[in-house]
Amino acid sequence: METFADALRNALHLVVTLDPGVREYAGRSLLIASAATVVASVLGIPVGVLIAEHRFRGRRAVVVILNTLLGIPTVVVGLVVYSFLSRSGPLGGSGLLFTVPGIVVGEVLLILPIVTAFTLSAVARTDRDVRKTTLALGASGHQALWTVAVESRFGVLAAVIAAYGRVVSEVGVAMIVGGNADHFTRTMTTAIVVNVDMGRTALALALGMVLLAVSLSINVVFQLLQGETEE
Amino acid sequence: MGRYLLDEVVRRYEGLRGGGSVEALRVPRLEVEAGEALAVVGANGSGKSTLLETMAFLHRPEQGRVLFDGRDVWEEGGALEARRRCPILLQKTVLFKRTVLENVMYGLRVRGLGAREARGRAEAVLRQVGLEGLAERGHRELSGGERQRAALARVLALEPDVLLLDEPTAQIDQDNARSIEKVIGGLRKRRQTTVILASHDPHQARRLADRVVRLERGQLVEEGTRSSAEGAAKVG
Amino acid sequence: MPRWVGVVLCALAALAVSRDSSGATEQILVLATTTSTENSGLLAEIHPDFERRFGIRVKVVAKGTGASLQLARDGNADVVLVHAPEEEERFVEEGYGVMRRAVMHNDFVIIGPEEDGAGVGSAKTPGEAFARIARAGHVFVSRGDGSGTHLKEQELWRRSGAALERREVTTIVKGGEKTFESVRPTGDWYFEIGQGMGKAITAATERRGCTLADRGTYYALALARPPRTDLTILYEGDERLRNPYSVIAVNPRGQPHVNFEGARKYIEWITSPEAQRMIGEYRVGGKLLFHPGAMPAGSE
Repeated sequence: METFADALRNALHLVVTLDPGVREYAGRSLLIASAATVVASVLGIPVGVLIAEHRFRGRRAVVVILNTLLGIPTVVVGLVVYSFLSRSGPLGGSGLLFTVPGIVVGEVLLILPIVTAFTLSAVARTDRDVRKTTLALGASGHQALWTVAVESRFGVLAAVIAAYGRVVSEVGVAMIVGGNADHFTRTMTTAIVVNVDMGRTALALALGMVLLAVSLSINVVFQLLQGETEE
Repeated sequence: MGRYLLDEVVRRYEGLRGGGSVEALRVPRLEVEAGEALAVVGANGSGKSTLLETMAFLHRPEQGRVLFDGRDVWEEGGALEARRRCPILLQKTVLFKRTVLENVMYGLRVRGLGAREARGRAEAVLRQVGLEGLAERGHRELSGGERQRAALARVLALEPDVLLLDEPTAQIDQDNARSIEKVIGGLRKRRQTTVILASHDPHQARRLADRVVRLERGQLVEEGTRSSAEGAAKVG
Repeated sequence: MPRWVGVVLCALAALAVSRDSSGATEQILVLATTTSTENSGLLAEIHPDFERRFGIRVKVVAKGTGASLQLARDGNADVVLVHAPEEEERFVEEGYGVMRRAVMHNDFVIIGPEEDGAGVGSAKTPGEAFARIARAGHVFVSRGDGSGTHLKEQELWRRSGAALERREVTTIVKGGEKTFESVRPTGDWYFEIGQGMGKAITAATERRGCTLADRGTYYALALARPPRTDLTILYEGDERLRNPYSVIAVNPRGQPHVNFEGARKYIEWITSPEAQRMIGEYRVGGKLLFHPGAMPAGSE
């Protein structure tokens, strides 16, 4: 039986030689994460800014709901999206089930709360200090809003990075909505699951290493940004 | 240009947990002539900032009128215009996350001035406050005194009719404080700017202002000339 | 902040969205099958031949038998390849499937640690083997996922005479409800993991337990280099352990959007002599995993 040490050595070999399987799954995961993060940012950042900068009835309820959605289990999101995209579901005709764009849709829903809530928090934090200063210097309401948003840019970028990290490392949505079809929708994380099942530890470990490397890079960037956001 | 009349002005804040409101400012009457230098003294929390921010048109008073050059801008329109003519150096200095030069250009750009012209004027003002070498510094690379001078440059660049300064020299060293006072003094001489200065230091008030008013727990209690300020300094 | 970052991200997004629409130029056939079938590696071996001949790419979605058939009922697959005769018959009767054909068969084996603490090796029938396991309270790992393997396992528990808990499982089919009885032996030596065959074998290996496995997945793990399990076959060969695989096309009448043409071609191809030969030649570690063709008469 293969020892863990053997598996580790084989895994390193796979990573270093850029094994095509590792490359394919890693590439797909990064692609999905990038696409989902871009879409979620385009949608979530403006919403986060607007919620932070405007008082309206029910605002506190919205914030509470957002924060709750932050911790939603990925399998729940996966299940909900699957039900919608299934042919027998309300969005049946979409043909998105078991496709990469379908996974992207699910991931966008997953990380939209993260982007929105973190943006909201970053902007609210900035707002306290910055807004009054902009008005004191003669900014109109719109100019003030824009300046506050721009001043929050490091915090907002941190939100985007956090969202990316969440997508890259999750399994539930990719597995349920994607179906883990090899060469179509198998990602790093779903590949790890199937290979661990089959005892193909070396490949699973190799993918795990790549995932860790991605996670590490993300956190390094995150830390650098944290430095910027502090005065 | 830059004349004030405050008439029965009251500022109120909502209390926490809806427990009624707090009256932060009550000014039965206050007149300021164009070009005059007025100092507002009082202890911490006496309402100095509230008064200055009201005169900077950052907030509409809950009661009363603020007539600026004879007009009630809140009622008759033109509040943004008025606010742009009355920039205020806030008590808490916040520089934007950009270079010093870009900070100083901010107010000009917001008023629609072109980038090149704004840059020219900003550089001139930086020379005025003695920061000309620091134009490209980031906002975090400044000492306390330099930050305050940059913030001052930011409002000076606007060449306003009225300049409000909320404790401009609190918490900075003597040398920087002195140079800032010199700039303020020079400003009045050259441009006839109305200056409203809040200070917890009656001596500074005496040095820089024609007239001193005093706030106690939000109430405007005393009007007076410089001699009154001296009297207050002796007692306070 | 570097502007090129934004440009790169937008490009990636566009790429991700556009990539799958390239499927418009090539046909895709969605095949729902069981995890054990996919894990055997057979499909990866023979599908390229189909793809070359017909220009249709096969998208393999692997779940348990029950989930695969449900997938088909929901219209999310074009064709299914499963090994659960009763379920398949029900599926066709209810009108969800057409063109059901036998493809291949293999058998189940009872595997466990070499020491064979429960004396499985000396049993005369599979039912007796299970009875011995229950009597000895030997660790047993079940897939517990409604798969073909799991169904066969339950059938054997029923034959074993061991004390059983019965559960009613209700599913919604075609507007009505069907209730089935699902059984498991009482005792804390029995573990349902709710996952696939590979995982079950791995779990059994970890826990030094027995499990019912399809020969294909067992060989795939035992004969891999390095081996993924050290459990051995304790009981095999009985008629009752036969495991027949069928392919069924999803009925286009209920689901007009399915790729019925593709499904038809797939079924004809996989039952053709060439494909059947490939199936018969597929070996892992020198061992034959699947026997081509329909079951010998009388055993379906």
